[in-house]
Amino acid sequence: MCLALPAKIVELTDGDNAIASLEGVTKEISLALVAGADVGDFVLVHVGYALNTISPEEAEKTLKLMAEMDAHLGNKTEAAV
Amino acid sequence: MKYVDEFRDKDIAKKLAAEIAAEADPRRQYNLMEFCGGHTHAIFRYGVQDLMPENVHFVHGPGCPVCVLPIPRIDNAIELAEQGAIVCTYGDMMRVPASKKNSLIKAKAAGSDIRMVYSTQDALRIARENPEREVVFFAIGFETTTPPTAVSLKVAAAEKLKNFSVFCNHVLTPAAIQHILQSPEVRELGQVHIDGFYGPSHVSSIIGSAPYDYFADEFQKPVVIAGFEPLDVMQSTLMLIRQINAGDFRVENQYTRVVTPEGNEKAQNLVSEVFELRRAFEWRGLGEVPYSALKIKEAFADYDAERRFTLTESTGKDVKGCECPAILRGVKKPTDCKLFGTVCTPDNPQGSCMVSSEGSCAAYWSYGRFRLDIAKEKPLEAAQ
Repeated sequence: MCLALPAKIVELTDGDNAIASLEGVTKEISLALVAGADVGDFVLVHVGYALNTISPEEAEKTLKLMAEMDAHLGNKTEAAV
Repeated sequence: MKYVDEFRDKDIAKKLAAEIAAEADPRRQYNLMEFCGGHTHAIFRYGVQDLMPENVHFVHGPGCPVCVLPIPRIDNAIELAEQGAIVCTYGDMMRVPASKKNSLIKAKAAGSDIRMVYSTQDALRIARENPEREVVFFAIGFETTTPPTAVSLKVAAAEKLKNFSVFCNHVLTPAAIQHILQSPEVRELGQVHIDGFYGPSHVSSIIGSAPYDYFADEFQKPVVIAGFEPLDVMQSTLMLIRQINAGDFRVENQYTRVVTPEGNEKAQNLVSEVFELRRAFEWRGLGEVPYSALKIKEAFADYDAERRFTLTESTGKDVKGCECPAILRGVKKPTDCKLFGTVCTPDNPQGSCMVSSEGSCAAYWSYGRFRLDIAKEKPLEAAQ
């Protein structure tokens, strides 16, 4: 029920709506719940509404943190050897 | 798929698993409750459980809105359809058992006009297309699904759609978490051990991370708001383990790409414009939980199905032997239920936890992992 998919806004349409694309599958969604979402932004789509915009910077940081953990783990393994 | 595939990477998962194994203290048990059904499914679908050390346990919480809706409310929705209204609802609700072995899908087969919709926009469209019929949107869900219902009420009022109303069953996450932490099973009986919480992903995208500060303080349990992808769950597990090891109980946010401390204020404002707190609401499994649900404000009374129609007070009960209530509190596992996998399967669900794609029983059954549990518990029988 709370599941939502990240889709890219490809076109703004009438009445606070937009066309969102998910791997080429497009659907008209409502932007009534988000402030300032624009073409090119990724939004979380849930029951036909964009719930929030996804921050590319924060996604990058999270992935980087996981990668750094990898480096940390690598060091630890070396230390153990 | 961007923002999905990179959070399912197998190699990073293995490394995260190694880090968790390295940091989990073998002298401790880590009982981590995922509130959300979305997390339960990520854990089962991607085999996250199998990557965990033996002392890291997932306790499944009540965060499946279909599962916690008590039978009398479903009986009421069927009653509305039987009175001649077009009842629109999300697909998850259709097969949930009502009383007397009924369900929305069976009532539909018997002639009631019940329609599955993807969005509240579809329900509004049906109301516009059928001005001579009453159209009721059977609204369920947590904070994620509430703002779209709020939009539909605002649109209906703006368009003066006289035939549209909402049967509101929206519930609140923080109230349910608090109820579980205060329950005798957790506080006194010690039947449920909870050392930390995974905070919901998309509920938190709306309400923000701030509402969880209270639990962390009051109950001295760490909370990590976690995304729904497997790497999100694993990284959050590591964050919880680190906090538990250090004796900390803070709210941390792993899902920063979507969740902020303050949440989505535009959506919050819409919700508070349209809804107010109910004094109490019955949850399957948890009973009456104070201030745990929303009702429609007086200003939108014309669009409130509970005010517009007379509904019978149903006393419908769960199927005998169904352990959904205990499973929703984390007291029992699906495999503890006698009906699980015998008379109760997703094809023929007896209880709500087997119906919903987010229910714990459906998660156990769908990915076949319960067979491993049985094999572990009864090695001889499994071998025969």
